[in-house]
Amino acid sequence: MMGKDMGERTGMNWPAVRAIYLFEMGRFWRTAGQSILAPVISTTLYFVVFGAAIGSRVSAVDGVPYGLFIVPGLIMLSLLTQSIANASFGIYFPRFAGTIYEILSAPISPLEVVLGYVGAAASKSILIGLIILATSALFVPLRIDHPVWMLAFLLLTAVTFSLFGFIIGLWADGFEKLQLVPLLVVTPLTFLGGSFYAVSMLPPFWHTVSLLNPVVYLISGFRWAFFGTADVGIGVSLAMTGLFLAICLGLVTYIFRTGYRLKS
Amino acid sequence: MPIISIANLSKTYATGFSALSGVDLAIERGEIFALLGPNGAGKSTLINIVCGIVTPSSGTVTVDGHDIAGNYRAARRAIGLVPQELTTDAFETVWNTVSFSRGLFGLKADPGHIERTLRALSLWDKRDNRLMTLSGGMKRRVLIAKALSHEPRVLFLDEPTAGVDVELRQDMWRLVRDLRGQGVTVILTTHYIEEAEEMADRIGVIRSGRIILVEEKAALMRKLGRKRLTLHLQTPLDALPDDLAGFDLDLAAGGQELVYTYDTKAERTGITGLLTGLSAAGIRFNDLHTEQSSLEDIFVGLVREEARAAE
Repeated sequence: MMGKDMGERTGMNWPAVRAIYLFEMGRFWRTAGQSILAPVISTTLYFVVFGAAIGSRVSAVDGVPYGLFIVPGLIMLSLLTQSIANASFGIYFPRFAGTIYEILSAPISPLEVVLGYVGAAASKSILIGLIILATSALFVPLRIDHPVWMLAFLLLTAVTFSLFGFIIGLWADGFEKLQLVPLLVVTPLTFLGGSFYAVSMLPPFWHTVSLLNPVVYLISGFRWAFFGTADVGIGVSLAMTGLFLAICLGLVTYIFRTGYRLKS
Repeated sequence: MPIISIANLSKTYATGFSALSGVDLAIERGEIFALLGPNGAGKSTLINIVCGIVTPSSGTVTVDGHDIAGNYRAARRAIGLVPQELTTDAFETVWNTVSFSRGLFGLKADPGHIERTLRALSLWDKRDNRLMTLSGGMKRRVLIAKALSHEPRVLFLDEPTAGVDVELRQDMWRLVRDLRGQGVTVILTTHYIEEAEEMADRIGVIRSGRIILVEEKAALMRKLGRKRLTLHLQTPLDALPDDLAGFDLDLAAGGQELVYTYDTKAERTGITGLLTGLSAAGIRFNDLHTEQSSLEDIFVGLVREEARAAE
């Protein structure tokens, strides 16, 4: 009976993936008010400050009105920070509270653990991304040239950065460290990655420096899906996102193989 | 075949602390096994290795024939673990957290089973309560319910009654016996000897990462048990008579009682000699009783003996 329930055909423990996923999503819905309200408010603020106050003095970028131009950047900004925050907290907290014992002693493979936690974190940030998109529609007439690519970038970025957050959550051994990477690395990279401008607007030297910033490729690819214009080629954007995903996958595999920070 | 076989198991932590060295142990199907030992003896490390929480440095463990490393899914599916620490997800409800555990172990939802488990642990009325609103004793019950949610064949109770009130302790003992009645093997660690004495079929004593003894409880009591013969004297004594210096005697109750400690496993208990000696010395008594030493005494004796041997 047990064998059948475990899903013997695939060998995967799907009930466990489902349990972790629903548990993690439960946290999101429990605080649905703030989970949904916070991005709506911050998006509104960005539109008031950047779109209305500053945007009225900035001419169109690549033929796209400035208010509309910042929409992909805004979504990316939240997508990155939310993915990292959700995934890192999701795995760090059980480690901190000690409830991780149950995950470690259950018949679950690392892949299933990652699917549950990262899947939930990515789902949450995609939801938030879509909420921001919907909120944006209240301020500017939306234009999405390649909706399928838009969704693909949304998904790919959410998964990649949720994986990255998961790694941070495994690595951190205190709440300060949990904040450290998002605060010192990700937020600056996102702001400097062209969330609110096209990197081509920068002087040549800074333009070149910007190309070392992986976030540039994410935002550029995402913006291409919206407006068909980009700082770098769409192929390069995809390749860079894929590369980062591969690095995160490799790190997670290494962590589980060695039991780093999970088992002594 | 034992339900759990542990062979040459060792664990040295990254700090260099050697928690287990060369442990061999076989747990029989359906028994209640108590692992006794002082704090830091390696009890929790042993349990955590079997359950998959700690990686062993060397050695093998099989659960119901399944290697815990090579076939971890089958091995872990057989096991329910109630950890020592009261770690719960504060914001979850009792019902959700127990259902979550069942899911983790790969089983489809079974509200009937969850209900029976919660009722058996007097948690049914609290099913919709958030865990943070529960008392420590109730949280302990929740942890037990979680461990039983996937119908394990082996249940590990790590210090189950540490800081638990009398009522829960008795409930727990009843539960453990019921489980054994259903064929579940129960392994508990404790440093409360009375718990082992009350519940266990077999007892293992662990000290400094080594199993120093595994014995049927009754046999252990028989084999190592010392008895005390207490004589209530008619007239109190100030000191022990020199004639009786050869006996292991103590005066108690202000000279009113004479206590003789003897080894039940020895060929001669010396009781006849003592009584003859008393009679010759003119010491009269009006009552006597004997008592078996408790597991506590046995345990303390063993641990001391080991410590002495190690020096």
